[in-house]
Amino acid sequence: MTLKLGVPSKGRLMEKTFEWFAKRGVTLSRTGSDREYAGAVAGVEGVSLVLLSAGEIPRELAAGRIHLGVTGTDLVHEKLPLWEQQVEPVEEMGFGHADLIIAVPAAWVDVDLTDDLDAAAAAFRETHGFRLRIATKYHRLVREFLRDAGVADYALVDSQGATEGTVANETAEAIADITSSGETLRANHLKILSDGLILASQATLWRSRTAPLDEADRAALRALLAQLG
Amino acid sequence: MSRARALALRDGFVSAGATVVEPPILLDADVLLDLYGEDIRGRAYITTDALRGEQMLRPDFTVPVVQMHVAGGQEPARYTYAGEVFRRQDDDPERANEYLQVGFEVFERDDVAGADAEVFYQVSQAVGHLNLRAAMGDIGVLMAAVSGLRTSERRKAALRRHIWRPRRFRALLDRFGGRTLVPQSRAAVLAGTARASGPLTGVRSQAEIDARVAALRADAEEGPISGAEMEGFDALLAVRETLPFAVRQLRDLSVDLPAIAAAVRRIDARAEALSAKGIDVEALEFEASFGRTSMEYYDGFVFGFYAARRPDLPPVASGGRYDALTERLGGAGACPAVGAVIRPGLVAELEASP
Repeated sequence: MTLKLGVPSKGRLMEKTFEWFAKRGVTLSRTGSDREYAGAVAGVEGVSLVLLSAGEIPRELAAGRIHLGVTGTDLVHEKLPLWEQQVEPVEEMGFGHADLIIAVPAAWVDVDLTDDLDAAAAAFRETHGFRLRIATKYHRLVREFLRDAGVADYALVDSQGATEGTVANETAEAIADITSSGETLRANHLKILSDGLILASQATLWRSRTAPLDEADRAALRALLAQLG
Repeated sequence: MSRARALALRDGFVSAGATVVEPPILLDADVLLDLYGEDIRGRAYITTDALRGEQMLRPDFTVPVVQMHVAGGQEPARYTYAGEVFRRQDDDPERANEYLQVGFEVFERDDVAGADAEVFYQVSQAVGHLNLRAAMGDIGVLMAAVSGLRTSERRKAALRRHIWRPRRFRALLDRFGGRTLVPQSRAAVLAGTARASGPLTGVRSQAEIDARVAALRADAEEGPISGAEMEGFDALLAVRETLPFAVRQLRDLSVDLPAIAAAVRRIDARAEALSAKGIDVEALEFEASFGRTSMEYYDGFVFGFYAARRPDLPPVASGGRYDALTERLGGAGACPAVGAVIRPGLVAELEASP
């Protein structure tokens, strides 16, 4: 057995993760062709690299199939309702900053707070005969947030991409999505609710609470954490 | 074991005059989403097919029983059923996501207090050997208090809409009572200095935005709900007494909140009807805020039976009156109804460890 470290398999998140580990003397690399998802670890003993989609890493950590994993707080909280029992944050990595927020059309001068959104939703349902639609892929987090905020008469509609476009396309009246700079929101004439921050997320190194460890794994984990710390 | 217990309980309700019904397990999700809103997705399992769209695994029996009754039930009617309900559990692996319920529902137009007492009595008989604590409330008295406030219809509608969300209700009441500061962004809207930071997109029109701005301005011009009414409301929400004392307190409160007088008389009539059935009303707890969470369709009498020695358990039985639900599904003039469910799994568990 080796200690399994899961990291995002592509894009900026992978590059930044590789850089973060390299700075701490642990070299992660992809092996084989560009298209092959295999990797290697140098600089520490007994650790193997597993390349995964960032969205699958929470599940793999919870199932104990990887011991450590790099993914965003947003994905862990959305996909693992009991995340505190299943995973433990080891280190916030200082990149991949993204806020899960609620945004509405910038022209809605009357809506700035969730309180306004609730009142607008009630009137909207009255006028249009259907509930005010909020496009998102973070169903659980958004629903819990809106329940706590006391917002009623809304409906979540699933949007797995280009969520900011749903309002102009008239498939939703508002959105709940991650944003880092807010540029895409502004380009799509949306604004963030003042009290609409659901979660501030960043890339985080997580440790599985469920993955089995033998003596060698334990030693490898100690060595790795010492080097990263 | 639970199933045998469930069928025995159902037989008990049959002896009390109820007809056995067997509603489907898969329900049209639209109807339930319409009634409960998006929150139901967090509490129920939803599945889909290409033909029928979203289907929900029965989270309770009340809605399908009302639908069956509306589709051609006689009046008055008494129904009973036993079967599984399914509740999604995202947060607590200890809570069952599938369990049995046995229910008793009474559709009765004329003797409302009698029907309330009958349902409570039948359930208390069924679980009487378990020494449970009974608590009750009445959503109708809160509704009446809201309706009687000397304030705009718009404010009353906002309060009624959130009567089942105590925290939001409190925030609205405090705002309408002038107890909270006007948020900065709203002050800007009222002053006419709020500017759109982009062109309008989407379905919600400029006219709708203007209408809400006008509503906010009208609300700002209206005075706050009076201090006496606010204090009366606070006192009403705090009522927690044995039933006879609660009725006395509520009568006193109806001096400041005259609109609740009729609702208080209904509570009194119900207490008499319970007494007439041999229920010891002196031992019943009445809490004005009872049943305001997760029982969104109850709008009158509400009650629950709890195992005092097992505070970890959910209520062993619970029920209430849902006249507004029958109207929503059956239209104006639909027969009012009251009902309750027992969880035979909990009954069996308590019987096994006396």
